[in-house]
Amino acid sequence: MAEGENEVRWDGLCSRDSTARETALENIRQTILRKSECLRSVKETPHRPSDGLSNTESSDGLNKLLAHLLMLSKRCPFKDVREKSEFILKSIQELGIRIPRPLGQGPSRFIPEKEILQVGSEDAQMHALFADSFAALGRLDNITLVMVFHPQYLESFLKTQHYLLQMDGPLPLHYRHYIGIMAAARHQCSYLVNLHVNDFLHVGGDPKWLNGLENAPQKLQNLGELNKVLAHRPWLITKEHIEGLLKAEEHSWSLAELVHAVVLLTHYHSLASFTFGCGISPEIHCDGGHTFRPPSVSNYCICDITNGNHSVDEMPVNSAENVSVSDSFFEVEALMEKMRQLQECRDEEEASQEEMASRFEIEKRESMFVFSSDDDEVTPARDVSRHFEDTSYGYKDFSRHGMHVPTFRVQDYCWEDHGYSLVNRLYPDVGQLIDEKFHIAYNLTYNTMAMHKDVDTSMLRRAIWNYIHCMFGIRYDDYDYGEINQLLDRSFKVYIKTVVCTPEKVTKRMYESFWRQFKHSEKVHVNLLLIEARMQAELLYALRAITRYMT
Amino acid sequence: MEKMSRVTTALGGSVLTGRTMHCHLDAPANAISVCRDAAQVVVAGRSIFKIYAIEEEQFVEKLNLRVGRKPSLNLSCADVVWHQMDENLLATAATNGVVVTWNLGRPSRNKQDQLFTEHKRTVNKVCFHPTEAHVLLSGSQDGFMKCFDLRRKDSVSTFSGQSESVRDVQFSIRDYFTFASTFENGNVQLWDIRRPDRCERMFTAHNGPVFCCDWHPEDRGWLATGGRDKMVKVWDMTTHRAKEMHCVQTIASVARVKWRPECRHHLATCSMMVDHNIYVWDVRRPFVPAAMFEEHRDVTTGIAWRHPHDPSFLLSGSKDSSLCQHLFRDASQPVERANPEGLCYGLFGDLAFAAKESLVAAESGRKPYTGDRRHPIFFKRKLDPAEPFAGLASSALSVFETEPGGGSMRWFVDTAERYALAGRPLAELCDHNAKVARELGRNQVAQTWTMLRIIYCSPGLVPTANLNHSVGKGGSCGLPLMNSFNLKDMAPGLGSEARLDRSKGDARSDTVLLDSSATLITNEDNEETEGSDVPADYLLGDVEGEEDELYLLDPEHAHPEEPECVLPQEAFPLRHEIVDTPPGPEHLQDKADSPHVSGSEADVASLAPVDSCFSLLSVSHALYDSRLPPDFFSVLVRDMLHFYAEQGDVQMAVSVLIILGERVRKDIDEQTQEHWYTSYIDLLQRFRLWNVSNEVVKLSTSRAVSCLNQASTTLHVNCSHCKRPMSSRGWVCDRCHRCASMCAVCHHVVKGLFVWCQGCSHGGHLQHIMKWLEGSSHCPAGCGHLCEYS
Repeated sequence: MAEGENEVRWDGLCSRDSTARETALENIRQTILRKSECLRSVKETPHRPSDGLSNTESSDGLNKLLAHLLMLSKRCPFKDVREKSEFILKSIQELGIRIPRPLGQGPSRFIPEKEILQVGSEDAQMHALFADSFAALGRLDNITLVMVFHPQYLESFLKTQHYLLQMDGPLPLHYRHYIGIMAAARHQCSYLVNLHVNDFLHVGGDPKWLNGLENAPQKLQNLGELNKVLAHRPWLITKEHIEGLLKAEEHSWSLAELVHAVVLLTHYHSLASFTFGCGISPEIHCDGGHTFRPPSVSNYCICDITNGNHSVDEMPVNSAENVSVSDSFFEVEALMEKMRQLQECRDEEEASQEEMASRFEIEKRESMFVFSSDDDEVTPARDVSRHFEDTSYGYKDFSRHGMHVPTFRVQDYCWEDHGYSLVNRLYPDVGQLIDEKFHIAYNLTYNTMAMHKDVDTSMLRRAIWNYIHCMFGIRYDDYDYGEINQLLDRSFKVYIKTVVCTPEKVTKRMYESFWRQFKHSEKVHVNLLLIEARMQAELLYALRAITRYMT
Repeated sequence: MEKMSRVTTALGGSVLTGRTMHCHLDAPANAISVCRDAAQVVVAGRSIFKIYAIEEEQFVEKLNLRVGRKPSLNLSCADVVWHQMDENLLATAATNGVVVTWNLGRPSRNKQDQLFTEHKRTVNKVCFHPTEAHVLLSGSQDGFMKCFDLRRKDSVSTFSGQSESVRDVQFSIRDYFTFASTFENGNVQLWDIRRPDRCERMFTAHNGPVFCCDWHPEDRGWLATGGRDKMVKVWDMTTHRAKEMHCVQTIASVARVKWRPECRHHLATCSMMVDHNIYVWDVRRPFVPAAMFEEHRDVTTGIAWRHPHDPSFLLSGSKDSSLCQHLFRDASQPVERANPEGLCYGLFGDLAFAAKESLVAAESGRKPYTGDRRHPIFFKRKLDPAEPFAGLASSALSVFETEPGGGSMRWFVDTAERYALAGRPLAELCDHNAKVARELGRNQVAQTWTMLRIIYCSPGLVPTANLNHSVGKGGSCGLPLMNSFNLKDMAPGLGSEARLDRSKGDARSDTVLLDSSATLITNEDNEETEGSDVPADYLLGDVEGEEDELYLLDPEHAHPEEPECVLPQEAFPLRHEIVDTPPGPEHLQDKADSPHVSGSEADVASLAPVDSCFSLLSVSHALYDSRLPPDFFSVLVRDMLHFYAEQGDVQMAVSVLIILGERVRKDIDEQTQEHWYTSYIDLLQRFRLWNVSNEVVKLSTSRAVSCLNQASTTLHVNCSHCKRPMSSRGWVCDRCHRCASMCAVCHHVVKGLFVWCQGCSHGGHLQHIMKWLEGSSHCPAGCGHLCEYS
């Protein structure tokens, strides 16, 4: 069986030309039929032990194809492809071959599938976004499907990500995906790792590297340290880290490459936060996204446990949800009231300077104790752990251990003035794209809060943003950190802190226990704020170290 | 006039003196401001707020305004300004949003006067009215500007920019009521201080935040702005619409801009990031700064001219915790260090050369250009009338034209277009290319191709008997192809050498014949007067050929497949070709064509015999051995490639490299290959041979090269109806929902190759348009345009 003729080419499907898609699909159909015929004939003659290996191999190959088809039938933005792939699957089934079915409940484990936009029912703007995304990546991932709650942001996000991964840049393509894998693995995010392992291989990366960082080139290994510090304790980055990377003789990074790498690392650290924060399910065509078992066997699958970390302890949560609707209703009211008060009274009683300073310290210190109670250690899936070194290194609170790290003052080094200029100098256009993305995320509002309309949420958004920066030791001179305490209640703080600092520990319970009356789209909105604020915080520390190195 | 008289008294009282000097501060500075008397400067930063006296030789700390045990954020200054009317009055903008005024006349240690806590966010800028004693203006991150009357506790009026954060506010020096404000979103607004409800004028000045602005001290309505987009722009506000008059492109985002006193077109800038220097620009010469101060080791955060009417003293504060006084005469002038000559090759080998007029006049007579000896191009010098540049610098531009025919690159283009690089068996490719080269009169190259073919794909099936026969029978029917070829085409000396081979390793005759061949070569050289390497190459090539035959006789090493099917067909035409071409004229032509006009004769004389000697010896050796390592020739081929590349014929080097592929690649190091590839591709692109260059890129095996055609592959198109960029698809516009690219012939949407006339922008399917143009030269859309397609 020559591999060449049975190689299935999916890229034809990304074409915007429907006839091109049709021919591509037809080719796929024929290949698959051929393969399954082949498989069947092998099965019918079982007395050939020598073929045993190739048999499982080819059935593995076929299963992969079928899983991909399943993904297309559900997630392709083009209707013709969806229908045709479903048809192919059906016809395969008629041949007596087991076909896969999707597992889980839609793109997110936290958000009911019916709340999320169905592919095929999107409006023109969203369809354009989907088509772009599909054309670029050959898939429509679950992240996109969840983010599409906020199309304005999604557009900017996809543009940036596309630029980072596929457009002109100092790093070769496979390096980019590998760095993405490294970054996602820091948070044991098997979802992102799986996606990028595929992409990495697709752009011609060396499969050996995937056995662990020690198999990658020295240059990438050197980046490991920065990745680790950046992910968990960015405030410890010094210019010595930068110097170590730039002056490593034949393994040196150039400044432009380093900036590209830093942007990628921060992007994927924060994307890992989003993945866990919104409970993104595995992709349909990846491991754990589908099953070949018939639905009757069991209604919950082993994959749910290994990949979706916590589905076991989620079961009883549903009852907690019904605690009392009235309780949560008051929550919103109280929050609104507080915002109103803060708006009105701010000029009346002005806190003294000392108090303002101490409020920041208090908030910083308190954020230390804000932690979820269920601190049980999660063992990462085996696949991911290969990319994950020095597991003991995790988030340590900013001011613990008596180690004094000076507060980072935004007024002295901020993204708009300093970070942007540096990035744009070393990696043109990306500064602009990230700047836009920050801007959209920070200013995004629909002037609604739960069931209320025409609310100015800027104060709340600013409190969330500054709270995240506060956890990273970044201080705004012109912000009264007392506001945070007023606006963010404890369960919300727990959620924020977990998503930002240790995203792998997020549970469905956490997601459900904050802001109970708010819509899912609003919770996704919160997540967008979280990831962008986190990305900016990491970038600020990294870029400041680079600036210091340069001066 | 009143102002002028005051100045003279100020200047007359004490003429400014001083030197370039600096002093260390305890902390990074954020801003500086000078007192009216030009004798004191205030420095403010996050943890510093001090007044220094500027003395002849040094700065002397006069006053520390940061008092109190617990430093509050009110003292963390983002900006400071000293009133230009009142020596005792200062204002600072704090990072926490407070505006503080200071009265140096207060008797107590704490000079703090008033506190305005109206802004919600950091205040970026404060500014006193130039003539009014009590009016202070502030601009803040919260998007508001506030005007304070120092006699009152609150602001008098609040101006809302309706857009983002305010980065700078400046009162106009000439217009009493006007002030300008700049914003983070790139806008500049003009306000009337009496009308807080809306701005007088608003325009977008920069892409991204506008960090600073400065009104021209004399020219009414001139405003300089500097932004994150690395530009400084000078606007004329007197006209109906703000008109951009000058634009200076710097290398980093512009943090501050200050007009230089008494110099109408000069302004000083410092940058926000990366670049630590202070530049003084003449706005009319926007590419080279007029002066540059390089004292600081970290970014400069504040600059101020020491006296409003003295252009030579500049003060600056920096993040590196130092305060500097720069003297203009000590500035470094990049103009002097800049290379005043420019040199550029044109498409057809023309050379343009620009230099300072004086330089050209002085040197042209003395020093003839050596270029024409080294390059195959002969220059005819044509001096253009000197082109004056903006009165500041004048250069002479000379254009050297290629003599028609002499350096014509026609052969290059033809060769590039006609060479076959892939898709056929090696032998065919070589033969084809040899033919192309011969037709273009490049015999040396043609020979090389033939040699290559012989080396790498000679028939393994030529029977030994045949070979032996050939000794006596010359060009008879049984003769293997390459023998006849060699004999006929080579100079007599080489022919004799071929015979030498067949003498089967008689060492004695070897040396004798070798000598004779060597002398023959030198003779030939003499005949041709110009020593070129050509004969040497023949010699080498020839020997290679012979060796190859022998080597291929060894059945182990024979390549059975390729030659078998190829040779019989090719043999006769090829032979025919060769017989047809008379050798004599060829050589002459070849010489004329050869770029290596002044090759050293000595080289050839000394090199050729040695080489041939070596080869011959190894040949005789090989005859006994009858066994050669498979990559025996790779050294020679490598040398040959290097030789061509050295000569400047990188085309040959790359073509051979591509065609031979794996056979030679390992012998030549990656970087050299890459270098050849990029040079060749560059040349091809200069001649607009896009298709060929793309083919070369595709065929290259070097990774750095083959990714060349994968970068920047996006083509942006605008809709032909609404003129907006089309984002998602190439043929349907999202905005006006119409199909944009219709074929003018068949009126269908074009989704593949779309060709259009650049004159009338009508076009369509490539085939349709081609067909149409066969019948008519008018536009198929009926617009009457005489379409041109290239």
